[in-house]
Amino acid sequence: MARVILPQALADRFGGEVQLEIEGGNVRALLAALDARYPGIGQELEGRVAVAIDGEIHNDPLLEPVEEQSEVHFLPRLAGG
Amino acid sequence: MSDEKKFRWVGTRPIRPDGVDKVTGRAQYGADFALPDMLWGRVLRSPHAHARILSIETGAAAALEGVHAVMTGQDLPDLFAEKAAAAGGHDDSNNLAHNVMARDKALYHGHAVAAVAATSREIAERALELIDVEYEVLPHVLDIPAALAPGAPLVHPDRVAQGIENSGPSNIAKRLQIGHGDPEEGFAEADEIIEREFSTRPVHQGYIEPHACLAQTTQDGRVTLWSSSQGHFMVRDYTAKLLDIDLSLVRVIPAEIGGGFGGKTTVYLEPIAVSLSRKSGRSVKMVMSREEVFRASGPTLGTRIKIKVGVTREGVLTAGEATLHYEGGAFGGSSVGAGCMTIFAPYAFPHVRSTGYDIMVNKPKGAAYRAPGAPMAAFALETVMDELAQRLEIDPVDFRLRNAAKEGTLASFGPRYRRIGCVETLEAVRDHPHYSAPLGPNQGRGVALGFWFNAGLQSSAGVNLNPDGTVTVLSGNPDIGGSRASLAIMTAEELGIEYEHVDVMVADTHAVGYTDVTGGSRVTFATGMAIIEAVRDVMGQLCQRAAAVWEVDAERVSWHEGEARLDGGFEPAPLGLAELAKNAGKTGGPISARAALTARGVGMGFGAHICDVEVDPETGRIDVIRYTAVQDAGRAIHPSYVEGQMQGGAVQGIGWALNEEYVFDDEGRVQNPGFLDYRIPVASDVPMIDTVIVEVPNPAHPYGVRGVGEVPIVPPIPAVVNAVHAATGIRFCDLPLSPARVLARLDEARSPGSA
Repeated sequence: MARVILPQALADRFGGEVQLEIEGGNVRALLAALDARYPGIGQELEGRVAVAIDGEIHNDPLLEPVEEQSEVHFLPRLAGG
Repeated sequence: MSDEKKFRWVGTRPIRPDGVDKVTGRAQYGADFALPDMLWGRVLRSPHAHARILSIETGAAAALEGVHAVMTGQDLPDLFAEKAAAAGGHDDSNNLAHNVMARDKALYHGHAVAAVAATSREIAERALELIDVEYEVLPHVLDIPAALAPGAPLVHPDRVAQGIENSGPSNIAKRLQIGHGDPEEGFAEADEIIEREFSTRPVHQGYIEPHACLAQTTQDGRVTLWSSSQGHFMVRDYTAKLLDIDLSLVRVIPAEIGGGFGGKTTVYLEPIAVSLSRKSGRSVKMVMSREEVFRASGPTLGTRIKIKVGVTREGVLTAGEATLHYEGGAFGGSSVGAGCMTIFAPYAFPHVRSTGYDIMVNKPKGAAYRAPGAPMAAFALETVMDELAQRLEIDPVDFRLRNAAKEGTLASFGPRYRRIGCVETLEAVRDHPHYSAPLGPNQGRGVALGFWFNAGLQSSAGVNLNPDGTVTVLSGNPDIGGSRASLAIMTAEELGIEYEHVDVMVADTHAVGYTDVTGGSRVTFATGMAIIEAVRDVMGQLCQRAAAVWEVDAERVSWHEGEARLDGGFEPAPLGLAELAKNAGKTGGPISARAALTARGVGMGFGAHICDVEVDPETGRIDVIRYTAVQDAGRAIHPSYVEGQMQGGAVQGIGWALNEEYVFDDEGRVQNPGFLDYRIPVASDVPMIDTVIVEVPNPAHPYGVRGVGEVPIVPPIPAVVNAVHAATGIRFCDLPLSPARVLARLDEARSPGSA
């Protein structure tokens, strides 16, 4: 089970848990599992945020693999200069 | 370091491939292109900060001899308005379209409202004077307090804030919050707490080359654009999107670029030039004046940051909390997200929280500026860090080292850091002779640390082996900071050939695969990875050709130092690149390869700067008298261009700290839209910027590269401000530190009633 850390503001709106244990072979599966637990949260996250998997930030992460022991954070998307 | 790989080219300083063209004036920038049937396009801009457009009468302008086309916002498709309305007024494409040309309202002084194309620039400008726009002037808001005041005029009365539940229309475009732990718990554990408020003013990226393009359209719908930008694929995609054209019909040919710093990651002129070209049936050239660049192209706007930091008496950080308000201009979209993510990033905070607000004001739409959002955030944190060190009587670099982020530290923005060089960078500052050099009267020294993420994104590359053994590399990134040289070095290093035998071309949108902008400090890292992948493909093909010549299995052939060797030896005689290239037609045809990737494994970057200033107590003038920039580059492929980035970032940050600011009058009009009144530092204003490159290789890159272009603008503001405090005893929390502002504070401190 991957460890998922939600932004506080989002957690407040969806169940209150900041840290969750979620099954998911990739980010898309993980979002689907999250959405099953908190309907609407997947749509809130998909395409709008970046995802950090084990410290590496991905801007278009849907198909990025998530390992059993991975730590997953959702972050605002960034622009560079 | 005996296991350190020895390189032939990586880390050397050969002359850049585009160097001769640039110093002899042959290089072609955006304004250098011309076509025989060319018209000149000019833009009419709003004289008001906020006004409803009641009508635009263009008949007289169109009738002027020499005028071939006149257009207004009504000539552009409003493709995204419905989507924006459904999203509560937020849609990036709609914002971009309405920024290119106003539709129903002008939202800032300088907002485009109409355009003409004529046979000369002078006729086009005369025609602009004949356009009659009837405005209903509306009340405007120019800064954060005004925008948030009860009853404030709304820039967009239909917009509601993202991230605030059940909010009505306001000038807040977005709210976000990040962090971990419980700051209140952390502050309860603190022995010292400092809370301060900081403000910065709008500043421009200050690129020397103005925005410029040339558009050619044909009756069958094809578009060719010559344009100076940080990404010709970005120009293609935005222009096609705003005008509803198939991407395959739009070809963008990149011009050389005379500076961008983030400000050329969007479009202003191109959709207008294409529209005028379609209307007139002629090609149309547009070049912004300097005044237009200041009034209508993206600055980075003003900020206000409230910050609170707690620490134990042993100098261990316990908590940080910040509220950041960033102006995003007329459409929102500020860099406050990055501000929230970077403000506490350099240190290990057990409890941390940042709350950000993106604020709409009647100023130009803000654009990215080098590490967008981070310098203002660093100004707040690093000034407070300096004050905490002073209060605890700990050396400021030691204080930072006690708390510095390292591999495994939970970053304030969420994840745990991978391998980073924050500690090594600070140690290099501590050990540098500058840090302990004596100072004279009225002089002071400041240090500051800065962080930036860097970016990967998408890159494509092509590598063609020529019959004479030379190599042509195709890159999809405009070369801003010497990337042709770094890409050529990596190609030569991989292939084991002479650097001079590699030429790197910035290829147009029809000639190379999709490539994201030259931004995010990504080109040497990400496009470099694509090129390395393509070069390794070429090396594999070379080995196969040699195997075919020797009639052996390809697995027995490998590539060493520019030649194919059988079983790694010298029997039969190895086949060199030139010989294999010459005979490529006989062994299977031309040898070339392409690679396209989303770059993974970005190496985050840290820089720390030492600044010495001298403050004139009579005038308040500040002179930077010595400056050293230290930065972890991961690996410096071409050290001169890494140093150049460090020096350029430092000087831009010094200008931001000391001089630069937009001045608006009460009507919201920009009063200083030129380099005479908007003063950026020139060479005579600053000392030689000394540089120290730290190399903590990024394990995810074949050569260890991290991005280097943005980090160096993050530390300078607090480094300068901390140095001024050391010289004067006065903490400045509002930029810029202009002589008048400094003198007023000096006089205040000297007045008999002061403490």
